[in-house]
Amino acid sequence: MTNQTISIAIFFVLGVGFWMIALAVSYLARPSKPTKFKETSYECGIEPSGSAWYQVHVRYYIYALLFVLFDVEVAFLYPWAVIFRRIDGGQMLLFSELAIFVLILVFGLVYAWRKGALEWE
Amino acid sequence: MDALRNLAHIIWYFIAAHEVLRSFVVAVCSLVFMLVIVLIAIWMERKVSADIQNRIGPIRTGGLLGFVLQSMADALKLLLKEDLRPAGADKWPFVVAPYLVFVPAFLVYLILPFSATWVPQDLKIGILFYSAVSAVPALGIAMAGWSSNNKWSLLGGLRAAAQLISYELPLGLAILAVVLLYGTLEMKGIVAAQWQHWWMDLITLPALLIFLVAGMAEVSRAPFDLPEAESELVAGFNTEYSGMRFATFFLAEFSASFFISALAVTLFVGGWSLWGVDIWFAQHVLHMDPSTWNLAAPASIPFIMKAFWFFVFLAKSFVVLWILMWLKWTMPRLRIDQVLNFGWKILLPAALLNLLLVSGIGAVLPRLSKPLTATQDVAPIHIDDSVGLAPVAQTPPPLPPLRDDVPAPGTP
Repeated sequence: MTNQTISIAIFFVLGVGFWMIALAVSYLARPSKPTKFKETSYECGIEPSGSAWYQVHVRYYIYALLFVLFDVEVAFLYPWAVIFRRIDGGQMLLFSELAIFVLILVFGLVYAWRKGALEWE
Repeated sequence: MDALRNLAHIIWYFIAAHEVLRSFVVAVCSLVFMLVIVLIAIWMERKVSADIQNRIGPIRTGGLLGFVLQSMADALKLLLKEDLRPAGADKWPFVVAPYLVFVPAFLVYLILPFSATWVPQDLKIGILFYSAVSAVPALGIAMAGWSSNNKWSLLGGLRAAAQLISYELPLGLAILAVVLLYGTLEMKGIVAAQWQHWWMDLITLPALLIFLVAGMAEVSRAPFDLPEAESELVAGFNTEYSGMRFATFFLAEFSASFFISALAVTLFVGGWSLWGVDIWFAQHVLHMDPSTWNLAAPASIPFIMKAFWFFVFLAKSFVVLWILMWLKWTMPRLRIDQVLNFGWKILLPAALLNLLLVSGIGAVLPRLSKPLTATQDVAPIHIDDSVGLAPVAQTPPPLPPLRDDVPAPGTP
């Protein structure tokens, strides 16, 4: 393992550990007298009716789908961006490559837009 | 006195010699820094909101000590609150969700450059690490909303999922513009490049606007506070959380708010540097010799300058944080369809256009083929040159050394 990996691991362990200790201290200090009414989920004071896991609007899934598409794009652009100003010559080629790549994705966005995937009605 | 100093030196060298120990001490310092910053940010939020609404704010604990006492009272209250879990809740997601929100909020401090040589760990993948880690809280919030067995929570969780992932794209594209201009993912390198060429910040000004708007949505602050919209969804995804578990979300939100401000400062406003004024000040007022400074050798830079840069960084970050608070308390909340429409139809195309524009400018600017130099007076600054995408174990292929020919106008 390199220093960098060790650092990430230490930060991770400390973050988890600190909060576990905080919760443990709280566990020892706080009162705990659960009753039936305390354990019902809050629904404006009336008794909850039906399950909370109801059906939701399909739009949310479409956004998630679009996100996956575009997020992969951003990930692909990182290596390109890092070497852009480091390579001698061929900047116009690099630039047009990006333009084509982005254009294909913009086409995808326009397609989704025209299909009404971004509309709420 | 001397004995004490010697003892401190011995302890310091012992810590410095043990890499793991050093990392641990740095991590603890970062955690303490984060907690103190959160306390200050909460106090600031209360006072700024009170100021905007023509109130005085919390006065019970009173006076100058108010800040300390009020924070302690808040922490104690949260610590002593009963921790309730709804009977019908999904147990494990309910318990794990706060960790998924808190741990990434702390983990990102790993790459934050507090001062010229003060970075907890200058990762080679730098800003990419932030992009990766900052995507996790969306999962935690969605899990919290789902597992609570509460209709408000589920609605809040869903909104959070849609909103956070939608605004991650413009955020990432705005960061890409910076990566492209400075040709590195390392935070130290990005700030050092701005330190030497402050005018590059002008090129990334549109990216800064996109970053700030997307960043506000990412930390779900008003006008983007739909996931917890208290006047619509009671408390949104954290309706069923109480006591310390609620404190987790609260703490993570304020920590993330500060971090987004600090990151905006680091990437777009020159980080710890002061646009050449700091070099001028050191040269002409403090009579130092900046030409001997080397960012790769921390000992070559006087401590007073590092401390000065640290305060510059803090001051800039708090100014940006104040702007975020100002916006929060003066803007009405948006509707979910407005938020998503704005993200996908305006901000994302704008971010793509900005990237094209910046890459056009980057194509015209000279290559980064020679070592970065601040001015004629300042010696070459040696920055670790690896791109950071190669596997760490093998030595990266020798790239041309980093350099930028354009002299910064206006610097001595």
